Amino acid sequence: MKRIESINEFVIKFANVNGSGSASANELFAKAILRMGVPVSPRNIFPSNIQGLPTWYEVRVSEQGWLGRRGGIDMMVAMNPQTWDADLAEIEPGGYLFYDSTRAIPDSKFRSDVHVIGVPLTEISNSNYRDARQRQLFKNIIYVGALSMLLGVEPEVFEKLFAEQYKGKELLLASNMKALHMGRDWVEQNLSGFSIGIKVQRANNVGDRIFTDGNSAAALGCLYGGATVAAWYPITPSSSLPEAFQSYCDKFRIDPATGQRRFAIIQAEDEIASIGIVVGAGWNGARAFTATSGPGISLMTEFIGLAYFAEIPVVIIDVQRGGPSTGMPTRTQQSDLLACAYASHGDTKHVLLIPEDPYECFDHAAAALDLAERLQTVVFVMTDLDIGMNQRLTRPFDWDETRTFDRGKVMSAAELEAGRDFGRYKDVDGDGIPWRTLPGTHPTKGAYFTRGTTRDPYARYSEKGPDYMYNMERLTRKFQTAANLVPAPLERKARAATRLGVIYFGSTSPAMAEAFHLLEENGVYLDGLRLRAFPFSDAVRAFIDSHDEVFVVEQNRDAQMHTLLVTELEIDPARLVKVLHYDGTPVTARFISKAIRERLPERRRLPSERKAKEAA
Amino acid sequence: MTYIAKPRLHHPSLTRNKVGYTRRDYEGRISTLCAGCGHDSISAAIVQACWELDIEPHRVAKLSGIGCSSKTPDYFLGASHGFNTVHGRMPSVLTGANLANRELIYLGVSGDGDSASIGLGQFANAMRRGVRMAYIVENNGVYGLTKGQFSATADRGSKSKKGALNQDNPIDLVGLALQLGATYVARGFSGDKDQLVPLIKGALGHGGAAFVDVISPCVAFNNHSGSTKSYDYVRQHNEAVSRIDFMPTREEITAEYEPGELIEVEQHDGSILRLRKLDQDYDPTRRYAALNTMHERHERGEIVTGLLYVDPLSLDLHAGLNTSHQPLNSLGPEELCPGIGALSKINAALR
Repeated sequence: MKRIESINEFVIKFANVNGSGSASANELFAKAILRMGVPVSPRNIFPSNIQGLPTWYEVRVSEQGWLGRRGGIDMMVAMNPQTWDADLAEIEPGGYLFYDSTRAIPDSKFRSDVHVIGVPLTEISNSNYRDARQRQLFKNIIYVGALSMLLGVEPEVFEKLFAEQYKGKELLLASNMKALHMGRDWVEQNLSGFSIGIKVQRANNVGDRIFTDGNSAAALGCLYGGATVAAWYPITPSSSLPEAFQSYCDKFRIDPATGQRRFAIIQAEDEIASIGIVVGAGWNGARAFTATSGPGISLMTEFIGLAYFAEIPVVIIDVQRGGPSTGMPTRTQQSDLLACAYASHGDTKHVLLIPEDPYECFDHAAAALDLAERLQTVVFVMTDLDIGMNQRLTRPFDWDETRTFDRGKVMSAAELEAGRDFGRYKDVDGDGIPWRTLPGTHPTKGAYFTRGTTRDPYARYSEKGPDYMYNMERLTRKFQTAANLVPAPLERKARAATRLGVIYFGSTSPAMAEAFHLLEENGVYLDGLRLRAFPFSDAVRAFIDSHDEVFVVEQNRDAQMHTLLVTELEIDPARLVKVLHYDGTPVTARFISKAIRERLPERRRLPSERKAKEAA
Repeated sequence: MTYIAKPRLHHPSLTRNKVGYTRRDYEGRISTLCAGCGHDSISAAIVQACWELDIEPHRVAKLSGIGCSSKTPDYFLGASHGFNTVHGRMPSVLTGANLANRELIYLGVSGDGDSASIGLGQFANAMRRGVRMAYIVENNGVYGLTKGQFSATADRGSKSKKGALNQDNPIDLVGLALQLGATYVARGFSGDKDQLVPLIKGALGHGGAAFVDVISPCVAFNNHSGSTKSYDYVRQHNEAVSRIDFMPTREEITAEYEPGELIEVEQHDGSILRLRKLDQDYDPTRRYAALNTMHERHERGEIVTGLLYVDPLSLDLHAGLNTSHQPLNSLGPEELCPGIGALSKINAALR
């Protein structure tokens, strides 16, 4: 029988029951491999459920550092009888099945082309623990122990992890180590003659990177960026973001002298109230944000239009999930791009920042708070479930100690007193951005009435066509200004000169990085441009202009970024080739490289592929 | 509406209040509402209340939703920042504004369509959170700007201008405010300025969520016979349960009162509400008793007005959240950004 052989390059998937305590055991497994110096990227595949439904944890181990989802499973840890058949079917031929052999499973339930490792986990656990919950939780640690023995993960690594986790609770450290060794010992005693082909070996490829999720990172960005008001309504997959903000604030935003809080977080009655609170706080000069997902964006659109037209700083972090409607709440997509870019009725356009990983979630969240005040408008941070809810190896966060907050054009009492002309909606600097005043600034000067209806440059009610046009054209100018303030796209040159390009963004990044590698191995060279924001800067047009054909890789059905590029840059749609992945799972390198090769112009196709196509 | 511009020059003999402003300094632009609209009387009462309270106009933030009532903040307190938000959502915007700067006085102006229909949820949640604000509903039971449809506060059986009978039960905002924890609840009538001005003054000085329902007849669409929100109907059925006098400091009680007739309440801003009960059975410091009385008398067809409930020990949202006394919008990087040292530690903990 074929046997998958690989050191430090494999995918292992855990099939569990939701609510069984497996999540922390699985995370422990992933962290242990990291501590061996081998990069991992785990992904939770979970149901919209609290207890009982199937849940999976897929860990990609990659010494080369590929952090995207690879596709294909080399080892399945099958802990859930409900999904046994489907889980088994996912294993690559020559791969491994790890299961709980306490109860006999008929031969017909196995595959002849995978290697089977049965460990009586329940039996080991039940003979050592009496309490039902303990039996369940320690069974998870026992399987981690057994796996660590099989794969060659050092027990000292776990000891250190437990010690960090249970600092001051040494009893828990001891009991967890004991359970870990039960698994290790059983394997040593019963499977001594058996070895598997996938192994973890000490390496040094993790470096100074940190391991964290995008939601916590974005929350930290809001903390560093000076957000003081947050309003939100619980929705998967964004809820952990404001909750992380709360815990960071509890730690870093308490006035040491008085014990008072330098922040206000409101769990509102719905997304409409959440955005309303953010609009009110922004109007009154506090940095404010909300975090939500697609359905929340739909509810917020009226307010988004008001904030656009009344020119109020607002930050919305959209952790995208599968739509439309309730769609796939626990699956990932990049399908809110159009809904956010053009949110609300009338002519509206909004700034989008598009982070690729937790590092950029931190960076973009802080930048969004600056940009919202500089531009006096709504700024979206478009993350997604894949980045938001999964821990990812990422650059360590950094912060320039000299950095200050860009509060934008706020006219002070002194300036008003000195007689400076104040026209709330007047373009005095030529960049389309007007000056604003905050309520309560000056006893007699600078007050104005904010409204969503049209007005003249001095904020006086007016339904006159020219006044309306002045405003709308100024807003267009402001949007052009935004294109040069947002994070610039990043270009990646192919190793050989090429007329082919690929545009991608957000969570597609790690899969794309690996796809470049796969394609180059096959002699296909593409220059890459990673978009980091909307509106597009001139560099985006220049990139498209300098290539004959440009693939646009995105995770939605309707090629929403393709639409934005075609519409906003007035590009011939035929020059942009759509590569779309939208089944709710994170896109893989295998998918991208296959899709691109299939769409390659004929002359660039490899001879073997040309033949295959002719034969088909 | 009137087309006569207001003269810019003030008469030199106009009285100035303690902060140096005349009543004219509290006015706004010329109203564009119909002549005789109850809402204009409420605007005048707000002007009067702010002048009498010696509030500096720029220390007030006035916010509204959408509708005739919500246009009015342009017609008073011209030196205050105002925000005409979206339909039914003034409470959330005001909540956010209040969180950003707790030092201003917040005045929310809304209508019955705005607060009882599209914005009922936001009304309810602002009340239950205890957002410190004077929340005034200019209640006429009808959608004026869209030409006379019933609103959710229209009484069952009341008749529209076109003759249709309202089949639905009315939403009682006063009852809801009481139930949801508002700590100052009043009802006034736009046609009784003597009663209304002190009610608004009390609300502006209150330390928590203050709600004032003001019956404000719509002269264009809801002032006919068969309407229960017309001037005539309200005058005939108005039953005041209390009168309040508003005093900036504790003054000696000069008149003679029966025992239990007079209640004094010290408000958040240090001012004193001197409440004279007109009805022996009524106790405005007991929330559920107030609620019962209200409902019983509503059944008898009475429109109960006056200060209906007040909790002098009210706490607001900031107290619950324990936010810093220094307004959040005045904090800078020193107070808000933990810096590179803390970030290095965070990084280390994530390895």
